[in-house]
Amino acid sequence: MNLAQFLAGRLAKGIVVLFAIAVLNFFLIRAAPGDPAQVLAGEAGAADEQLLIQLRERFGLDQPLLTQLWVYLKGYLTFDLGFSYRQQQTVLSLILDRLPATLLLTGAAFLVSLGLGTLMGALAARRAGRWQDSVITTLALVFYATPLFWVALMSQIVFSLKLGLVPNVGYESIGANYTGLARALDIASHLVLPALTLGLFFTALYARMMRASMLEVAGADFVKTARAKGLSPGVISRRHVARNAILPVVTLAGLQAGQLVGGAVLTETVFAWPGIGRLMFDALVQRDYSVLLGVFFISSAMVVGFNILTDIVYRLADPRIEAVS
Amino acid sequence: MTGLRFGLALAASVLALGVAQAQTPKKGGTVHVVVQPEPPMLMQGLNQNGPTNMVAGNIYESLLRYDEKLNPQPSLAKSWEISPDAKVYTFKLQEGVTWHDGKPFTADDVVFTLDKFLREVHPRWRPIVNAQVETIEKVDDLTVKITLKQPFGPLIMTQEVASAPMIPKHIYDGTDYRANPANNTPIGTGPFKLKEWKKGSYIHLVKNENYWLKGKPNLDEIYWQIIPDAAARAVAYETGKVDVLTGGSVDVYDVARLSKLPNTCMTTKGWEMFAPHAWLTPNVRNGILGNKQFRQGLMYAIDREFGREVVWGGLGKLPTGPISSKTKFYSADVPKYAFDPAKAKELIKASGYKGETIRLLNLPYGETWTRWTEAIKQNLEDVGVKVQVENTDVPGWTQKASNWDFDLNFNFLYQLGDPAMGVARSYITSNIAKGNPFANVGGYSNPEVDKLFAEAAIAPTDKERQDLYTKVQKLLADELPVLWLLEMDFPTIYRCNVKNLVTTGIGVDDGFRDAWKE
Repeated sequence: MNLAQFLAGRLAKGIVVLFAIAVLNFFLIRAAPGDPAQVLAGEAGAADEQLLIQLRERFGLDQPLLTQLWVYLKGYLTFDLGFSYRQQQTVLSLILDRLPATLLLTGAAFLVSLGLGTLMGALAARRAGRWQDSVITTLALVFYATPLFWVALMSQIVFSLKLGLVPNVGYESIGANYTGLARALDIASHLVLPALTLGLFFTALYARMMRASMLEVAGADFVKTARAKGLSPGVISRRHVARNAILPVVTLAGLQAGQLVGGAVLTETVFAWPGIGRLMFDALVQRDYSVLLGVFFISSAMVVGFNILTDIVYRLADPRIEAVS
Repeated sequence: MTGLRFGLALAASVLALGVAQAQTPKKGGTVHVVVQPEPPMLMQGLNQNGPTNMVAGNIYESLLRYDEKLNPQPSLAKSWEISPDAKVYTFKLQEGVTWHDGKPFTADDVVFTLDKFLREVHPRWRPIVNAQVETIEKVDDLTVKITLKQPFGPLIMTQEVASAPMIPKHIYDGTDYRANPANNTPIGTGPFKLKEWKKGSYIHLVKNENYWLKGKPNLDEIYWQIIPDAAARAVAYETGKVDVLTGGSVDVYDVARLSKLPNTCMTTKGWEMFAPHAWLTPNVRNGILGNKQFRQGLMYAIDREFGREVVWGGLGKLPTGPISSKTKFYSADVPKYAFDPAKAKELIKASGYKGETIRLLNLPYGETWTRWTEAIKQNLEDVGVKVQVENTDVPGWTQKASNWDFDLNFNFLYQLGDPAMGVARSYITSNIAKGNPFANVGGYSNPEVDKLFAEAAIAPTDKERQDLYTKVQKLLADELPVLWLLEMDFPTIYRCNVKNLVTTGIGVDDGFRDAWKE
């Protein structure tokens, strides 16, 4: 099967999956108690029957459920993600507004954790059983086991409050009006804490995965052969072991990449990072259905997309793998 | 009487002005303030959420402001007169007021706002205007006359900015209000204008150079920062990112610590108009909760002082009845309930309680409420009442409360400056309506209470109103349709070099008109 056929098949499946997810999401969020009109009225501390009727009409909630479902699906078929009456903006513009911040954060966390994690794992494997290995595996365990929100708050207290190294919240210095390089540096300083916090967990995963995988491959026959023909340990490690050991890491990276859009709710909240995760969380507690469905849809599309991409990367990392699906 | 009242109001405002100018305000500067959660919109006529009011109070203005004793003060109305029969209110408007887009503000805008716009969309103004007001007329460009069907004393308390923000007629008249694109670019008469709203990050307001009150505002810019996590907000204050932590924006246990920081001031003032009153609502439709003795037993069983001292960090005051001691018409002459578990046991036994499980609905507004729920569960179980706590999120709570799906439910409501507006609604029969968590959700109904509240609202003099409210407070404190727990304080924490931050009974919600930075 060639790549084009493979891709076409996967795409077709992906579309079916996305459709199913879209329908499921619609019913799932309706199962939660309350509706956006009630939430708005509740927040205002005052309401009467007429206000609720006005708001429900505005949100389109006075229509039968199936009509609402149809309107929603019809919109998606024409790439229209709907309108948020709560925020008086189209869902697409809300999402696009927040997308850069999220991609910057999750992208940075992705690179940091992938780079640092594989490096740590490879190093630990080469020094297996020695003190370097112990240090790395202990660190990985700590990264893995520490709750994210605790790390987030502690890092704010230590690095922002006590040491004054980096700002604790936000995307940039509000009101400073930096431009060009100064602005980039300002954003970067705001990025440090959330990106590290978010990357920590996956760093640990990559490190453990890489170490285990390298140790396993290191015992394989072809590695013995390589050693027997006199290759240096460094070359064996890089060209023979690491290359073969990387596949499980690619799988994991595919998983993490799928979460690039939707996976940073907690980090974005604690660090006041103006991204999609918070948009989704706010929409959830406000029952802002159209925004919630929009974010769900974009995140599921990302997951499906990255799954396909992962399959392609498999072939590049290991040409022996046929793209059979 | 009315002339005297007006004279007093004027004198008080002159006095307030004198105090404010004792120290010459410095011009310029930027203040960073926390707002949480992010407001859904800033068009205050259509939305009166807490955070909306905080920001929009700088953009919009109303006819009146209110000082800390809740006496009306001039704002867009320069002066006002109440006819001797207390039925005609004549407001004289300030001269030279313009909207942010340069158009003049006139009596037409006032009539449009009060008679059309707010009547259609504002859940608090609608019942008042429909029940009490005969006509709202323009006398001339700068004079508006409101004629009432009968005397309605609270009317003078209704012109606070969140309750009656002035809306530009030239932008909204004849449009679908809720769909008007101008909702995203609010146009008011206020001291600040909306410059930019970066969703998820901040709202940027800048000085209105053409503000009608010459020389104001003092500040150049205000940034409202949106920081969702309470602990992160505290750190943001400590690291200097923000200058003002508005009421309720940090956890109770952080208040004491932050207040002690250098150059930090704390005030609980500025909430007199709203005077949040917290209580537990028993659903009197549900079996034993309909029994007065049982409710009294619960009241004796709850250690309210512990809640105030420990859960709320010593903030607030124990209430005695439905009306907050911070507002007018409060009376202390009511039956009181000290913490007395022995007496509670006695009353609960006498009520015929047979060990039914009472479902206690927690208010999902953060850690403090959850702790309060736990403390009260403990109190009630100590006197033999079986309690099952129910947890949900905010929409879930709203739905359960609105649909009467609870046995005991936490809530806190604003008093809105007058018992006719903020108090009666929780106890009168006509307000037993599903779909609204702030209606009379417990279902308490008593013709005598209804009558007292109805008469008190329209009694012509304050003296007569006080007598009626004194009676109803006594009656309700005996009947306990709800179990009052706390007159809440929402402390505002700010850097001491931000001056004149809280100058009215509405506090930060009245905007930064008079504030300045040293």
